[in-house]
Amino acid sequence: MTSTTPLLEIEDLHVSYLTRAAEVPAVIDFSLTVNEGETVGLVGESGCGKSTVAMAIMNYMGTNGLIKSGSIRFRGQEITTLGPEQLRVLRGNEIAMIYQEPMASLNPAMTVAQQLMEVPILHLGASKQTARASAETILSDVHIPDPERIMASYPHQISGGQQQRVVIAMALLANPSLLLLDEPTTALDVTVEAGIIKLIQEIARKYDMTQVYISHNLGLILETCSRVCVMYSGQAVEEGPVSALFGAPKHPYTHGLFNCIPLPKTDKRNAPLVPIPGQLPLPHERPTGCTYGPRCRAFETNLCDHQEIPYEYIEESNQHVRCCRWSEIKPEDLIPDKVPVANTHIGDIVLEAEDLSKHYEVESPGQVLSTILGLKEKIALKANQEINLSARHGETLAIVGESGCGKSTFAKVLLGLETSTSGDLTHDGIEIGRIGVQQREQKQLAALQIVFQNPVDTLNPSHTVGAQVGRVLKKFGVSQGKTDTHEKTLELLAKVKLPDEFYYRLPRQLSGGQKQRIGIARAFAGRPSLVVADEPVSALDVSVQAAIAELLMEIQREYGTTLLLISHDLSVVRYLSDRVVVMYLGRIVESGSRDQIFEPPYHPYTEALLAAAPIADLRVKKRDIILEGNLPSPLDPPIGCPFATRCPRRIGEICDSTLPDEQIAAGGHHIACHIPLEDLNQIDPVFAIEDN
Amino acid sequence: MIGVKPKILSRGFLATLINLRESPVGLIGAVIVLFWVVMAIFAPLIAPYDPLAIQTPFAKPGTAAPDGGLFLLGTDQKGRDVLSRIIWGSRTVLIYAPLATFCAYMVGIAMGLAAGYRRGWVDIFLSRMGDIILSFPVLILYIIAIQQFGRSNLNIVIAIIFASAPGIMRIVRGLTLEIREREYIAAAQVRGEPNWWVMIVEILPNARGPLIVDSCLRVGYVIITIGILGFLGLGLPPPDPEWGGMINQGRQVALMFPHMTLFPAIALSTLVLGFNLMADGLRETSLKD
Amino acid sequence: MLFFILKRVGMMVLTMLVTSIVLFLVLEINIESLAVKVLGQFSTDEQRLLWLENNGYFRPVYIRYFEWLARILQGDFGRSVVFQEEVSVLLWPRLARTGLLAGLVLAIAIPISIILGILAGMKEGSLQDRSVSVLCIITTSVPEFCSATLISWVFVFSLKWLPGTSSMILGFSWKEMILPVLVLVIYDFGYIARMTRASMAEVMQTQYIRTAHLKGLPFHKVVLQHGLRNSLIAPFTVIMLQIPWLLSGVIVTEYFFAYKGIGTLLLDASLRHDVFLIEAITLVAVFVAVTTQALSDIGYMYLNPKIRFS
Repeated sequence: MTSTTPLLEIEDLHVSYLTRAAEVPAVIDFSLTVNEGETVGLVGESGCGKSTVAMAIMNYMGTNGLIKSGSIRFRGQEITTLGPEQLRVLRGNEIAMIYQEPMASLNPAMTVAQQLMEVPILHLGASKQTARASAETILSDVHIPDPERIMASYPHQISGGQQQRVVIAMALLANPSLLLLDEPTTALDVTVEAGIIKLIQEIARKYDMTQVYISHNLGLILETCSRVCVMYSGQAVEEGPVSALFGAPKHPYTHGLFNCIPLPKTDKRNAPLVPIPGQLPLPHERPTGCTYGPRCRAFETNLCDHQEIPYEYIEESNQHVRCCRWSEIKPEDLIPDKVPVANTHIGDIVLEAEDLSKHYEVESPGQVLSTILGLKEKIALKANQEINLSARHGETLAIVGESGCGKSTFAKVLLGLETSTSGDLTHDGIEIGRIGVQQREQKQLAALQIVFQNPVDTLNPSHTVGAQVGRVLKKFGVSQGKTDTHEKTLELLAKVKLPDEFYYRLPRQLSGGQKQRIGIARAFAGRPSLVVADEPVSALDVSVQAAIAELLMEIQREYGTTLLLISHDLSVVRYLSDRVVVMYLGRIVESGSRDQIFEPPYHPYTEALLAAAPIADLRVKKRDIILEGNLPSPLDPPIGCPFATRCPRRIGEICDSTLPDEQIAAGGHHIACHIPLEDLNQIDPVFAIEDN
Repeated sequence: MIGVKPKILSRGFLATLINLRESPVGLIGAVIVLFWVVMAIFAPLIAPYDPLAIQTPFAKPGTAAPDGGLFLLGTDQKGRDVLSRIIWGSRTVLIYAPLATFCAYMVGIAMGLAAGYRRGWVDIFLSRMGDIILSFPVLILYIIAIQQFGRSNLNIVIAIIFASAPGIMRIVRGLTLEIREREYIAAAQVRGEPNWWVMIVEILPNARGPLIVDSCLRVGYVIITIGILGFLGLGLPPPDPEWGGMINQGRQVALMFPHMTLFPAIALSTLVLGFNLMADGLRETSLKD
Repeated sequence: MLFFILKRVGMMVLTMLVTSIVLFLVLEINIESLAVKVLGQFSTDEQRLLWLENNGYFRPVYIRYFEWLARILQGDFGRSVVFQEEVSVLLWPRLARTGLLAGLVLAIAIPISIILGILAGMKEGSLQDRSVSVLCIITTSVPEFCSATLISWVFVFSLKWLPGTSSMILGFSWKEMILPVLVLVIYDFGYIARMTRASMAEVMQTQYIRTAHLKGLPFHKVVLQHGLRNSLIAPFTVIMLQIPWLLSGVIVTEYFFAYKGIGTLLLDASLRHDVFLIEAITLVAVFVAVTTQALSDIGYMYLNPKIRFS
């Protein structure tokens, strides 16, 4: 069935970008073969060149991109030298692409129908009627409910998941032979992501589709691909079947990547993450010899930095590796000796929320007449409803939920950026929920700080690093006078493992990870008793995530700070937290210790979340749970259980009409569900780890 | 404050000007502006004659002067040397235009920051007021104001401030609305920084880029406005030479003696062109940041 | 949508009211100087007092204002001091002539600027882009009275092709329209073209244009079917706002070429302190400005699907 000619063959590809300063190589000596029917993953961190490869396949290099040398053959035909006319026959027709941000990739001024119909009209010569019929059919194929309504909508009127399905439908309409997927789920929530992944797997099966799946997430690669290629700094460093690569990686970088991911087997005390030392080299400053060399723990001078490392083929495992020492390196060589980690002492309760609610008042479009008369209807956006939680000294409490669950709102109330509508929020015995930031005392402000999600915006671009950290020190009275502040700032920089010279740098001269380190330094400068970490590592590369997570843990241990971790990433939550609280649509649905949450009994939503999160471990077998429907609007939340509209375990009327009580499953383990505890206890665990 | 502010402002402004060398268009503009600035500063040394001295009227360009020199650009209807008047006129315009623009900026920035950051009633009030002023056709506003309150240097500057500030306020407000959503602003708020600190230290330096570009354009526009007012007979009071006024005075006899209107027109156009080219160059380089 | 239109119209009315109040206060609050302006410098104190008394100027300000407002709304602007005529008789013909001038300018300038803007923006950084940009910068740097001077020097003084004034003493003449229209078009097209270019260039950088390319659409279809409907939204508002601007800019041009439009009327009136005429012209001008702004906002809401269907 499979023909002997590979569908796509990339050989010795070199791609560069021409900047005014110099020519910057983005992809170097890249080779990849994709056979028909295969799904090949292309994985790497930012700057590795994976998206450039995709653009090169489409030959859409922009004004300053250039394919310098090498060949890309599609069905045996060279496509790097095609003219614009021939390229158009290829694009959208034979090779179709699915993008990272579906909202931005759809034309906001055209209806879904118009954008879909263009494809068959252009490539298949279809008439308008045929095109419309095909569009409707394909929309049902990608499991969009109510295709007619979606067809008539504009992109901004449909949800993110639906938008991506439309993009996928658009790609499939011309029956392409090859599908390029560039991080198609990065912009989506975990449960929505799971649905899209399932769709992608279905497409591969149903149409026998050849796919190239680009991602930075090894867990997703494991779920979708049969072969995978790892890229580092523009080069392919390892490639092979998923079983070989995930089971026994041969290149030290691949090995290092796996050690950075908080897999179920890791533990912050006994089996911590092992960050990759050093930094990604700048594109024009690549070292001679092995590009990964300076960061490799198995580096050997005069061998690894001497000559160009060839891309070797290993017969036994059908793999390629770019490493000159792969056969002699043993896994133990690559892991440094374990440093014993002290046990943190978890003390008394420092933070307590009791029936805390936060409603925002929103102006409704409402009736024109009543608005003119001033009788505007104000609708409440119920962001947080009756939150009950507590956090102890030195503990890491995680708040888990997807977008719209209200976790950010809780953080805002805690920090004083918003005030509560009702209920109590006490910190160190003082009620702070009703006191805004402007009314709080200096001591309280210093005691509650935050590390932000987005390293790009976390620092003021117009001030130096030293000035920004120093400001905090001065404001909270930790230092007095210029020299003292300068000294203490340098101390803090050292604590976050940054050299002294960074004091004078501007944020735009720093990498994402470095900026996040400064963000941590800034948050801890005032010796806070509680720090909110709002998705502290989500916007960072995998290798940097591990380093920042470890740094956070280290500082927390040293200062004995309570850490409130807000995240949607369950692997990170499992690794870092001691206790977990799960939120959905403004309410807490489950809370307990880390182990209690990750094992049955589960709240059905927790169950779905756990099933959706991709795990990059071959031995872990997960159950399949897909949630249908959309998140209800917080302007009009369901009267009963908030999860009732999507719950796969909904038991009946009671779920829609009554708010469930909290059942106590064990010491400190609460589940808000109508399903009796005995039944919940019977549920199988979401994942099982098979030891071979 | 920690000495952060003055360093950043000087670094920002000077640095952006130095960056201009990367844009040929911007560089040409800067050279033109510099040329006129030099003219203005060294007017007493460069101008061949006293701009108010009455000599041979209606002399054509190149005619010999009584004292043996040359009227390079001719003389006007009162016998005053056109070239000297143009050189001294640059001083007038290069004092008042930047001054008025600068003051308008101070007002506009204050209003824009307040409206964009505090929101609520402050925003509603300032925005509505700004909208109302901006709906007024500008020139009509000037004409009425100056007619009513009289021609004086101060009145003209005040009128310019009044007419320009709402536009600046709008730009600053828009930038403030965008910047206040960024996380470093939340970081400052969580530290308990007072509002004025957040607006001036955290937000304003990051609005630098577009504001610097706009300021160049606006100075050019104010120069045009002063010229128009002079042309309509409503400008800075005589006898100080002013390019717009020169064109107005020379209009009646333009058919016979075009030099009286042509050269001031060219002078004014080149100066405005200089500022516009600089603005374009600054925008180009700021995109490369 | 309807709600928004009502809100905008409300704003319009509010602006007109505030403007009328300010105008009234600025011009008519000082009744002594008002009497001087109306009756002339050489009138005696008694004559002025008598006139003020007869016309009800000793009543409170707010009563005078509301009466004045009521009269205005009925179309009675009072009597021009300078021309000794009903203001309305003077106003409308002049307004029509200015309207003709403005209409011609827009009819010529808008198509030129949009086409240039699109051509420049669709290939940002290219030669056609840079040349259009530089051309626009140059033309917007030369104010109307300067370009009028330069153009007159070429066409009237040197080549002697066209007349130097446009007062149309001998009746309407197309030849006399050419120079004023030319001057205004030259100054105006640059701004619209630059805005269109910026909008077009921004749109061409978006991801949905990339999607259109990678779907296999030819370049001209990408620009026309995907690009234009997004890039023309912003220039639409710019164009609408040119109308009130023209009202301003036209004053200088009319003055230069002695064209008997609203601009020259206003200048005459203000130079000679013809209070009622000034009030009338200002109110009409503000009305036009405010109406076009409201139409522009409403139009923008309508054209932008993100706002129209939210």
